[in-house]
Amino acid sequence: MTGLRYVYAVCRPFGTPLQAQLTGVGGDPPRLLPHHGLVAVVSHVPEADFAEEPLRAHLEDLDWLTGVARAHQGVIDALTTVTTPLPLRLGTVFRDDSGVRTMMQAREEGFLRTLDRLEGRVEWGVKVYVEAEREPEAPAAPAPRPASGRDYLRQRRMRTKSQDDLWQRAEAFATRLHETLSESAEDSRLHAPQNPTLSGASGRNVLNAAYLVPRVKSEEFVERVDRTKDGVPGIRVELTGPWAAYSFAGEETTEKEGT
Amino acid sequence: MTVVERREIALVDLLDRLLAGGVVITGDITLRIADVDLVRIDLNALISSVNAQVPSPFEESL
Repeated sequence: MTGLRYVYAVCRPFGTPLQAQLTGVGGDPPRLLPHHGLVAVVSHVPEADFAEEPLRAHLEDLDWLTGVARAHQGVIDALTTVTTPLPLRLGTVFRDDSGVRTMMQAREEGFLRTLDRLEGRVEWGVKVYVEAEREPEAPAAPAPRPASGRDYLRQRRMRTKSQDDLWQRAEAFATRLHETLSESAEDSRLHAPQNPTLSGASGRNVLNAAYLVPRVKSEEFVERVDRTKDGVPGIRVELTGPWAAYSFAGEETTEKEGT
Repeated sequence: MTVVERREIALVDLLDRLLAGGVVITGDITLRIADVDLVRIDLNALISSVNAQVPSPFEESL
């Protein structure tokens, strides 16, 4: 009896078995741990990596974190094909099966409520970027070489001004887009804008939102996003998903709209 | 849902969800790992470790 229990998700019992070759965190196949009307999906993970101290240290290791995040996502994805899982935050670890059961017992009511709310829904991610180094429109001819320091500063000021205008337009665009998309979603969340160094994406991320959408309305939602994509120079819209409803798994979700 | 699904998911999009989303449960081991503030600190550490390897492309060149 060794190892800790890494918990991916809590679900209602489902009939379909998980893919046999599916591996989870640390290469361990996810197992089902039923308790009353719920099933926890868990892997056995080594204490050397997942006890509090090593886990804390590992979380600062990008390669390690990437491996765990992808494995976690792989299991959630597999679950999504057979049920609507309630995903847990990365790194939720218990000492043994009975610890997991105790937790399920204590939170049963809330889990069932949230599972009902999320049933048949998926999450879509929408991000808006402003292209950072866009040159001002017009000049087909390149700006003349600054003849003096004052010229240089003037040109620079003009560039900065056009950049400011672009950002203002982008803000307005993102606000409008968020309003429109919120209308066709049941709920929405604003994530912090992404750091370009970590994302590797070009441009500045001005909107990073998640929308909870019934699966049957997803096509409509995606079309709506697609329609906004073109026509605004300097602004880029990106869509990701469908995701399990990670951003809406918290119980407080309905009250906490709009910040 | 086809094109989007096939592309590999960007790590940042994943971390937005796995570190800021999901149900927060205090496991009986990882008491404070689930704490959002701590995760933010961890991400900052990550960003600075990435920064050290890859110089920022956004440095103003004068």
